[in-house]
Amino acid sequence: MGAIAHHEDNDFLFKYIFSTDHKMIAKQFFLTGSIMGLIGMIMSMIFRLQLGYPGESFAFLEPILGSWAPEGILAPDKYLALVTIHGTIMVFFLLTAGLSGTFSNLLIPLQIGARDMASGFMNLLSYWFFFLSSCIMISSLFVEGGPAAGGWTIYPPLSALPQAMPGSGMGMTLWIISMTLFIVSSLIGSLNYIVTVFNLRTKGMTMTRLPLTIWAFMITAVLGVLSFPVLFSAVLLLLFDRSFGTSFYLSDIYISGGALEVAGGSPILYEHLFWFLGHPEVYIILLPALGITSEVVATNSRKPIFGYRAMIGSILAIAFISFLVWGHHMFITGMNPFLGAVFTFTTLLVAIPSAVKVFNYLTTLWKGNIRFTPAMLFAIGLVSTFITGGLTGIILGDSALDINVHDTYFVVGHFHIVMGLSGTFGMISGIYHWFPKMFGRMLDKNLGYIHFWATIVCSYGVFFPMHFLGLAGVPRRYYANTEFPMFNEMYDINELITVFALVAGFAQLFFIFNVFYSMFKGPKAPQNPWESTTLEWTTPVKHIHGNWPGELPVVYRWPYDYSKPGMEEDFILQTEPLREGEEESH
Amino acid sequence: MTELLILLGVVLGIIAISKVVSVLEMVSTAKGENSYMPNAKENRFQARLMPVFLIAYFGFIIWQLVVWGDRMLPEAASEHGAVVDELMNITWIVITPVFVITHILLFYFAWKYAYDKNRKATYFSHSNKLEVLWTAIPAIVLLVLILYGLSIWNEITTPLTAEDDKIEIELYARQFDWTARYSGEDGKFGKANVRLIEGINMLGIDSTDENAWDDKYVKAEFYLPVDKDIQFYFRAQDVIHSAFMPHFRAQMNCVPGMTTRFKFKPIKTTEEMRVITGNPEFEYYLLCNKICGAAHYNMKMEIKVVSQEDYDTWLSEQKVFLAVEENMMKNQGIETQSDSIQPKVLEGTQLSTLN
Repeated sequence: MGAIAHHEDNDFLFKYIFSTDHKMIAKQFFLTGSIMGLIGMIMSMIFRLQLGYPGESFAFLEPILGSWAPEGILAPDKYLALVTIHGTIMVFFLLTAGLSGTFSNLLIPLQIGARDMASGFMNLLSYWFFFLSSCIMISSLFVEGGPAAGGWTIYPPLSALPQAMPGSGMGMTLWIISMTLFIVSSLIGSLNYIVTVFNLRTKGMTMTRLPLTIWAFMITAVLGVLSFPVLFSAVLLLLFDRSFGTSFYLSDIYISGGALEVAGGSPILYEHLFWFLGHPEVYIILLPALGITSEVVATNSRKPIFGYRAMIGSILAIAFISFLVWGHHMFITGMNPFLGAVFTFTTLLVAIPSAVKVFNYLTTLWKGNIRFTPAMLFAIGLVSTFITGGLTGIILGDSALDINVHDTYFVVGHFHIVMGLSGTFGMISGIYHWFPKMFGRMLDKNLGYIHFWATIVCSYGVFFPMHFLGLAGVPRRYYANTEFPMFNEMYDINELITVFALVAGFAQLFFIFNVFYSMFKGPKAPQNPWESTTLEWTTPVKHIHGNWPGELPVVYRWPYDYSKPGMEEDFILQTEPLREGEEESH
Repeated sequence: MTELLILLGVVLGIIAISKVVSVLEMVSTAKGENSYMPNAKENRFQARLMPVFLIAYFGFIIWQLVVWGDRMLPEAASEHGAVVDELMNITWIVITPVFVITHILLFYFAWKYAYDKNRKATYFSHSNKLEVLWTAIPAIVLLVLILYGLSIWNEITTPLTAEDDKIEIELYARQFDWTARYSGEDGKFGKANVRLIEGINMLGIDSTDENAWDDKYVKAEFYLPVDKDIQFYFRAQDVIHSAFMPHFRAQMNCVPGMTTRFKFKPIKTTEEMRVITGNPEFEYYLLCNKICGAAHYNMKMEIKVVSQEDYDTWLSEQKVFLAVEENMMKNQGIETQSDSIQPKVLEGTQLSTLN
């Protein structure tokens, strides 16, 4: 620590690259995660072209994709590769590391009143493992046979046998190595977040005075610590099956003209291990997004978040239940139907705390005094996508109904809305809100408005019609729907989705431009631009090591004293002592 | 050249947007406002967009229902399918009002309570009564849905017993086609093993097992008799596949190393379905619904649902396994007496346990 701190102020390398300062690491996560997200989005635009216009030649694809798109037509196995890497990048690199890495790092020390994370060095390691993992994932695009292509869930035996598809060769090995490093990064980061929240809260910052963002980030970290190691064991066993001739997941296989010497394994074991992470993963994405929304909605409604304790309770309930529901991804794998029944029961229970959160957001808006900042718009958008996507979950979670919509576009529509859109909207909302804290300048509001409306309209344009495709039986991960007459007639729906997807992709240029323009040219940020109550707005605009120049702030009240009756100002900072006769009510 | 022009256009566009942005900023600074905080006019404008968006969103959904509604799967062609469809409809009836009401509230509140500097927001931090109310109501509604759903699930997943009058069919998946095997007159499938896969015997059927001799298998299309219980068994040769028969509301994964099962009773023949859908070329399909490789999107089999008589006729025309096997061996010049076939050591899954 000493050596690093010594260089802190004057050395470019240690200030920008090997920084141990949580604010700089947050920016590093933001930029790396966003670049990965951008790559994932461009991939989706390319495979949407194939789905919207199957078999049509797009000459501009050939120079970009080379042998992946001979004569401008995406090859079937490369379509699957794009879908797989798109899913992997979006779920893990953008919405797990990008979202938690950015905001947990930025806000945990600032909002609890700490000088930095518990371990700055571990924080640095966490970022660099993530960076390495990103590089390896991207490099897998360039190896022979292409990257992993068995879907982001990489079920064996498809992912275990190089003979099964080209992507299951070197590309798959790199996927496993990349994810292993990713898991290391996530674990180091999460442990750091948890320890920081428990140990470094400033004087007066009791657990029930924590902003909901911090509750969400902390519980997210707990979920990560408990579930990512299980994914690690899953991919480790997969690596053994691939490279050392074990058969944890393999049995009775005949492929490429010969029977394999494997016996006794079961692919179902992999599915259990994978989804034991895979389902909590959904909440690892959602909880931070919901935490950010709580903060943004309260600040911009000039009103306390409704039901603070119920919100904490529902975060805890969602986290707990999320460990008991993984089997709903496996209703039709041949798992014992009794287990299916149990998982249906636990799955639908998740809807209760989720409903509580939605109703609490609605009540927070009620009789508020709403400022429509771009952050607020994205937060409102999140509430809408969370409702829309959450409700179709009631259909998918019901095992009897799942039989016919499982693995169809209904699922694709559902999880893109409830997890993809909600996660992304939460992240973007957070960027608009805390950009002044990150870069000391303000994002442009008008570009933000254009960005929001284009994004929400196009997002629903992309994902809502997918429910109709799914109800018509159209399976996901089909390279083209041309081989079945009953799916072929859906071409116009697919075309519409593709057009919306392309427009949505280009609409993000407003955001990208805004971020880079404002980073250097935006108006200088005041200390507390949104007139907010939490501690991060008491730090100087220009980043300093240790966050507060003098003593650490002392906290006297909960974080949601907006428009408190009897008070003149419409917000009271957490650092303001209670006035005479005032009660801390919440 | 075109690339250069596009590049030039992009650069000019970025410069233009930068200029507009900085001009707008200067204007608001001149007015003494913060350029980042929405002013009264902008708040009102965004607030008005809320109901506009809501109407557009609902309008878009209704438009989709009207235009695409008839493309959904036609009524279920299996007995349990009708029950599942009813559960689906009831679930829609429960969740649609929730969707509509919460969205109306969300966008109505956003529009109604737009910022007004002369007003103060109402400090309303919690209400136990409300919170209990909206925990309890979803809990009760969900409990009813769960119990209803599970009763159907149990019915669907309980396998047929030995006493039931049924037909047993094995669906066998591999990259990238399907095979359907019928158990023949003895009603028993012969054993099978991946180590016996050779040449035309792509299911690895054990020809030393007498039960196998009258087994029949077909590709490209298979027949089902209407109004008769069918017990399906699923196996896979190489990777996980999924047998999806959407019109019958039936789906089950095919997993290498294990046998999975699903049962249903077809209640509409292909001909009847052609009348119902008004499509003279209508066919039922079995399709693969678990990513299995590059040609995953084209892994299919046609299903013909016909009367019992037509089914019997069709089945009697199919060759039994022994005939196929002997024919093959004759071509290869091998002795055809079955006792001359060398029995191989069998390991792993054996289908005999099914019967």
